[in-house]
Amino acid sequence: MAAATAIAALAPGQASRAGEVTYVEGPIRAFAIATVFWGVVGFLMGVVIATQLAAPLLNLDLEWTTFGRLRPLHTSAVIFAFGGNALFATSLYIVQRTCRARLFGGEDAGWFLFWGYQFFIVMAALGYVLGITQSKEYAEPEWFVDLWLTLVWVIYLVVYGGTIVKREEPHIFVANWFYLAFIITIAVLHIGNNISIPVSLFSSHSYSAPSGVQGAMIQWWYGHNAVAFYLTVPFLAMMYYFIPKQADRPIYSYRLSIVHFWTLIFIYIWAGPHHLHYTALPDWVQVLGMVFSVVLWMPSWGGMINGLMTLSGAWDKLRTDPALRFSVAAVGFYAMATFEGPVMSIRAVNGLSHYTDWTIGHVHSGALGWNGFITFGALYFLFPVLWRKKAIWSQKLIEWHFWLATLGIVFYITAMWVSGIMQGLMWRAYDELGFLQYSFVETVEAMHPYYVIRTLGGLLYLTGGLLMAYNLWKTVTSGEAAEPAPAAVPASAIASPAE
Amino acid sequence: MFRWLRDHGIIERNVVLMGVLTLITVSIGGLVQIVPLFAVETTIERVSGVRPYTPLEQMGRDIYVREGCYTCHSQMIRPFRDELERYGHFSLAAESMYDHPFQWGSKRTGPDLARVGGRYSDDWHAAHLRSPRALVPASVMPPYAFLDRPLEYTDIQDRLRALRMVGVPYTDEMIANARADLEAQARPDADPGAYQGRYARARQAAFDGDPNRITEMDALVAYLQMLGTLVDFRDVTPAQLRQP
Repeated sequence: MAAATAIAALAPGQASRAGEVTYVEGPIRAFAIATVFWGVVGFLMGVVIATQLAAPLLNLDLEWTTFGRLRPLHTSAVIFAFGGNALFATSLYIVQRTCRARLFGGEDAGWFLFWGYQFFIVMAALGYVLGITQSKEYAEPEWFVDLWLTLVWVIYLVVYGGTIVKREEPHIFVANWFYLAFIITIAVLHIGNNISIPVSLFSSHSYSAPSGVQGAMIQWWYGHNAVAFYLTVPFLAMMYYFIPKQADRPIYSYRLSIVHFWTLIFIYIWAGPHHLHYTALPDWVQVLGMVFSVVLWMPSWGGMINGLMTLSGAWDKLRTDPALRFSVAAVGFYAMATFEGPVMSIRAVNGLSHYTDWTIGHVHSGALGWNGFITFGALYFLFPVLWRKKAIWSQKLIEWHFWLATLGIVFYITAMWVSGIMQGLMWRAYDELGFLQYSFVETVEAMHPYYVIRTLGGLLYLTGGLLMAYNLWKTVTSGEAAEPAPAAVPASAIASPAE
Repeated sequence: MFRWLRDHGIIERNVVLMGVLTLITVSIGGLVQIVPLFAVETTIERVSGVRPYTPLEQMGRDIYVREGCYTCHSQMIRPFRDELERYGHFSLAAESMYDHPFQWGSKRTGPDLARVGGRYSDDWHAAHLRSPRALVPASVMPPYAFLDRPLEYTDIQDRLRALRMVGVPYTDEMIANARADLEAQARPDADPGAYQGRYARARQAAFDGDPNRITEMDALVAYLQMLGTLVDFRDVTPAQLRQP
């Protein structure tokens, strides 16, 4: 997908200079391009499976295109391919600049991470389509793919940690705390949830070590913390770097960042059991999960306040800088999703919402609003910097992207609220004689209009993503060149140190 | 009151210290919630009847896993009045104790399947899987006609052996006879005596309607038809259902 010039720019030797430090940038450019590519793929897969629920003919009567096989393709493409590449791109970019140190392991390490991670994505995706899956939500890849990811991840930790060790700055910048917590915790979760025995060395199939209730608890310890440590903690790191850079303001509160960092990572890990309310999981675990999920509201909003208040004195930039608007709207969606989440984790509410589309809507206000928007904001910032351009090719197209995507989210989550709550209520409705009022398939029928609206919302979001891809392509291929290489801003300029 | 925050500078200057403290901080919650589930004996209710899957049922379960049925069907009935009436008795932890991996699910685009066993005929299941909308016009389920292909079960013994390694109590006898048991269960005219001694309450049928060949459809329908049927709730006392 990359233009010839874009590929040329991937070559080493074009790294920017800041003092004596030459940053590694080729792999980061590749990760940024991959983020855009997989983003469009992930959104497209979402539209495809949303359409399948509205028009089941689109399952095409083929084994490779059923909803059951494509749904993990959508979730993995969005979380691990789009989100993952965004995290690699931004973390490797930020760690070098805030440490004023060249990437540990240099270009080679960066390229290994890039190709190693893309190989993981392609292996996982091929597996889903061919029916090679563990069918554990968000941990579908089979044992051999898991082993490969473990290797890539350990090297990621070494490269990232090694760069921090090499730093010129005395303090580790706040964004790096979040990235470090992400890399460490994802390693623990990934290994902990994927312990399994293959049928044989030459079989792609394996059986998970835990079963039933223990398996469920471990899976949702993993699953919820994939949300926490893949989709929240490192995306907060993006917030802590890009919003101060875009707004040209220091982070609002250094103390708040310390308090909310440690409380967030401590409390989040407990929240898994709220996915298992009223199941065969013992009640004491469910109650623990609920209490910690509600408490989690506080550190979540701590981060939100720190992000939004960073704009104090620079709110006017929201009118003039559509890229910053993406980043700030992302924090707004983060606030909304992290309020809705604790509400849904209350057992009485969960009794209604669980198993329905309300959960799907909740996830998407987080994924489309928070993860998507903060990534778009970061990409619109990164592309001109990485390709030495003055600015994004078209501000107007960013505006269009913003409003199309926002409208798409509104369609999506309102449709899911209505269909989810309606389905939950229909399941428990009784007629005047005391019989269940609706058969199951009547509730499926009632969902149809909302599935159509949801598909429309997804289409709008996908269209926005395509506009972004085009805009970034034009920025790389025909954007106006920036005169001098941008100087690195030391971490101390965007965060006051501890003493 | 935030004087202690000044000391945070020590952590901020030492990446190893920060990494170790992070690891400790994120480990506590998981340890508290997960470890006792293996240790506390009453996590699994003491009901009788739950047995390992027959080789044919296990192959069916592996197809269920392969096709990602969990993306639309749960296997976990909650203790609500409407779910009792719609699906039956709430699910017990014991009923999925041999499920590697568990398939409780998180979404009901289609109905719960924890007790679907015995609710419909084999023919209904096979016809419904082949063409869901031929039987349920408003269904949005994908068609699974491709399951009418021969079941590949040459590695059935390896599968049972791997399951034994993760804790399913398959005996040497069960593993030795796995192929024969699988074939006997899918053929109504075969002698049921031997394998029914190994697997209580296992049904024997031409699940896909054709007794002459063993298909993926046979395996999947055999699995669906035993779901939720192992525990006889007429024999269960409330004391047996208690968890801590």
